[in-house]
Amino acid sequence: MSNIRLENITKRFREVTALNDVTFTIKDGEFFVLLGPTGAGKTTTLRVIAGLEKQDSGHVYFDAELSDQIPPAERDVAFVFQQYSLYPNMSVYENLAFPLRSPLRQTPEAEIKTRIHHAAEKLRISHLLERKTGKLSGGEMQRVSIGRAIVREPRVFLMDEPLSNLDAKLRESLRVELKHIQKTQNSTTVFVTHDQIEALTMADRIAVLDEGHILQIGTPFDIYDRPATTAVAQLVGTPKINLLPTVRQNGSLVVQNSTVQINTPAGGVPEEVLLGVRPEDVKLTENGRFNGTVALIEPLGVETILHIQAGGQTLLSIVPGATTHRLNEAVRFDVSETHLHFFDAQGVRVQSG
Amino acid sequence: MAQTSTDITSLQSSQATRQPRQRQMSDLRIMQLFILPTVILLILMNIFPLIYSLYLSFTNYSVIADKAPEWIGIQNYTTILSDQRFWANFATTGRYALISVILQTLIGFGLALLLRNKFKGSGLVTTLILVPMMLSPIVVATFWKLMFNPSLGIFNYLLGYTDINTSPLWLGDPNLALWAIVIVDVWMWSPFVMLLCLAGLSAIPEYLYEAAAIDRASAWFQFRRITLPQVMPLLLIAVLFRTIEAFKQFDLVMGLTSGGPGDVTETVSIRLYKLAFQGQYDTGMSSALAYIILIIIIAVSNLYIRSLNKARGA
Repeated sequence: MSNIRLENITKRFREVTALNDVTFTIKDGEFFVLLGPTGAGKTTTLRVIAGLEKQDSGHVYFDAELSDQIPPAERDVAFVFQQYSLYPNMSVYENLAFPLRSPLRQTPEAEIKTRIHHAAEKLRISHLLERKTGKLSGGEMQRVSIGRAIVREPRVFLMDEPLSNLDAKLRESLRVELKHIQKTQNSTTVFVTHDQIEALTMADRIAVLDEGHILQIGTPFDIYDRPATTAVAQLVGTPKINLLPTVRQNGSLVVQNSTVQINTPAGGVPEEVLLGVRPEDVKLTENGRFNGTVALIEPLGVETILHIQAGGQTLLSIVPGATTHRLNEAVRFDVSETHLHFFDAQGVRVQSG
Repeated sequence: MAQTSTDITSLQSSQATRQPRQRQMSDLRIMQLFILPTVILLILMNIFPLIYSLYLSFTNYSVIADKAPEWIGIQNYTTILSDQRFWANFATTGRYALISVILQTLIGFGLALLLRNKFKGSGLVTTLILVPMMLSPIVVATFWKLMFNPSLGIFNYLLGYTDINTSPLWLGDPNLALWAIVIVDVWMWSPFVMLLCLAGLSAIPEYLYEAAAIDRASAWFQFRRITLPQVMPLLLIAVLFRTIEAFKQFDLVMGLTSGGPGDVTETVSIRLYKLAFQGQYDTGMSSALAYIILIIIIAVSNLYIRSLNKARGA
């Protein structure tokens, strides 16, 4: 296992800049998630680390060793491809044995067998070992593909949306399994996903990418609680954060076209700010300061999302369990002033308080 | 009111009279009409000759003799199968087909591997390589006959022979004549194998090689476990086509050597031609020979198709 450092990596595909001056360090034993929308450059970052893609400028270091010229085979990484990449015409067992049988590793057959059975058990594919890979379902192939990575003890696991083709149930259980494997083996893992829930639940640290730029790097808590930009704030958290344009009036911030206004935070903010309020910080109470009407109710069982119309703005609020509120009912609510986010006109977080 | 009701009845009656005139053909009828010309052609040109020649193969009959076919049972077949020269014809054909198909497969596949990665002008090069395949075999045979010519041909010159007394007689030497035909056939048909292999290669996803690189697979392993199995179905189709064609090989041999010198390049189809359309015009015997060739080709094709299905199923 090892540290990996990317330094000022830039990668272009013809006119498109996939990665623009990307710098970060992945620590030994860390579960590092690259999160971002489609086309953000997550997969490209992973491929640059693996050496499958050569960066146009910048450097990749493995344990402080400059690795730009080292071919993929010698970087000793395991890669779980989004398209599974299983070898056709080979059984599941042979697929799993394959990386271990490489002449560069020389693993004895007995050990190969133990390792494969161990990995197969973890991934619940023991009954598939004799099958040909062409006859597996998408979810089974995905698990075999993960298996091919975890039979090895590489310096780093690189996983490109490995859970994206699974059904929801399996995704959830494999998410837990992967995190467990990572924690018990203490393996360095770089995990690409566009699913914020995967990112928040699994990561030690998250790097949020968009259009080839790193928007923010931090722990899941940092990312959720102190989003660096409106893009990060919107990407993380369901339901989405409420973003409300405000104007300053008599020492208060008044949300445009609405009844909501709050005190100007200590430390001051620019003239025009976007106010960000997480749905859980919009609280319905009998004697709340603001009033609105219930415009839509989305029951999710464990909690309920309420769309509250307040003037021209609609705020999302999340309440635990079922709700007694009815559609079009007038309600009063409060916003928790200790958990507010402020962004300037460019969408960058304004540090306050 | 009465006026309108008569209008309606007259309208209905006119519709009723129009309907049978505008009679619509059923879909089945239309289908049959479209298929009919092909079926008639097939029956006249393929099925009738097939059955009639099967009958003739059991008779003593010549199209130029003014005599009705005389039923002689399997005598034509026993004559053919006990005649040394026929066996020699089959041996020649088999040797020719084997060498030719092996060389075409190796060269075609090799060319495909070389042309697989695009380079500047690779499209043009591919097209140029495909040209021989598009020529008429008899034109190819005539060109190569000139090129093989010991006194004015370019082939020996390119090989470095400048003295006509020592240079090889490609078409006249009994040891070389079959090889000469093989060379021309390989020149003409390797591009076909290449074309099919290129199609197969381009369908192999790049990520398989990436996974292999990550897994530290050797180049040989990548070729044997990824490239070869993925190309195999198309490669086998190419080999199947070429084998059938080689067994039927007629025009190249006819144009180059006509089966000579002596009968060293006399393939079964040349022999068939001589039997059917030269000398005695022995229609009965040649029908029997044609059936033997047909059975061999069906047998060989079946072997290929079986291995093709196996390659696909895996």
